[in-house]
Amino acid sequence: MKEAVGKYRPGDRVRVRMEDRPGHIRTPFYIRGKTGWVERVHGEFLNPESLAYGRDGLPKRPLYLIGFHQAEVWGEYSASGRDKLYVDIYEHWLNPA
Amino acid sequence: MSHDHLSVGHEAKQEQGDAHPRHELSQQAKRIYAIRELLIEKGVLTQADIQRQIDYMEARSPANGARLVARAWVDSAFKARLLADPKAACAEMGIDATSINEFVVLENTEKVRHVVVCTLCSCYPRPILGRPPDWYKSFNYRARVVIEPREVMREFGQELSDDAEVRVHDSTADIRYLVLPLRPPGTEGMSEQELAKLVTRDSMIGVVDPLPAVPFRP
Amino acid sequence: MPRGHHDLGGTPGGGPIDRSEHQLEDWEILADAVNQALGAKGIRRTDELRRIREEMDAEHYRSMSYYERWIASAETILIEKKILTREEIDRKVAEFEKRWGNP
Repeated sequence: MKEAVGKYRPGDRVRVRMEDRPGHIRTPFYIRGKTGWVERVHGEFLNPESLAYGRDGLPKRPLYLIGFHQAEVWGEYSASGRDKLYVDIYEHWLNPA
Repeated sequence: MSHDHLSVGHEAKQEQGDAHPRHELSQQAKRIYAIRELLIEKGVLTQADIQRQIDYMEARSPANGARLVARAWVDSAFKARLLADPKAACAEMGIDATSINEFVVLENTEKVRHVVVCTLCSCYPRPILGRPPDWYKSFNYRARVVIEPREVMREFGQELSDDAEVRVHDSTADIRYLVLPLRPPGTEGMSEQELAKLVTRDSMIGVVDPLPAVPFRP
Repeated sequence: MPRGHHDLGGTPGGGPIDRSEHQLEDWEILADAVNQALGAKGIRRTDELRRIREEMDAEHYRSMSYYERWIASAETILIEKKILTREEIDRKVAEFEKRWGNP
């Protein structure tokens, strides 16, 4: 667990941005527009969207582990209601929910 | 298995170690030999640079991960250290995890099972476990485990009650995840070495629990 | 925008998982090692390689095996960075093919 680096703290509810833009994106399509919570603050990391094109990836961006209820991610999730899905998402892909 | 015959100068001969004669390789596969030779000719890489990587991967296997898990099972203070700072805990055991940017260990319990995937490519804790199995990199695993993890686990022989919770981790950034599986029942008194034998690679990816204490007798 | 062909989470039609494993062939070990060595030397970042794979035509991507994709991406990035040219790789392959010959 890292010290607070960005806008969000563990427990905050967040929504993944519903963006669709070209380039190297590490926010999976299936999670966009979904709402979850901050499980962990990973710290600050170089931005892969910039590194992918040979740029330096600066400034570092806060990265979080975001938790989701499976039943809220997939309309047809038929297994246990307790099941969860966790994705590492950059702050610039999150909005407060 | 030694890979010295991969060094420069051997391309002209058919090597004992080659599964296929080189002229039978696909066009794509052949190109790596050309790329390697050109990079060395131009001084971009040396043979030693390449050999270093071959040796690095050869030294990495699930046995490393199994040692960490077995130690965590017998030593609760070590387990706490492993969960709090996995890279430091690895260093304690002579496992080099320095090339992992951020390392997180996910502890399984009676009620919670974790399973790891990289849906976007094939990110995997290679410094700890070595190369990922083909199935981990497959389209079917990457497509299915996030949406139907229990069905996938069932294919691997793992059944879970509805009481238990499955947590899928999609490893989309620089964090590398290792599952610390649940110690099987009936293993009290087993040595660390014996316990390590129960810890399979697949149990550290999370698709199955470790091996049971006694072999299954039908 | 169509979803990237690599962005597979939740895509329908996935079948049973093939759990067979194969011993790596020499060319695959070499592909892995050359790739990692380029990374260790700072010549390419993992993110660049991923981007290049994602930019590959979907058909082309699916037609290649895992390490073939690595070789194709390494080649693309080396050409992009003007370290090698496609022509010199082609020439070198032709040279090797002559030497490897037929049994």
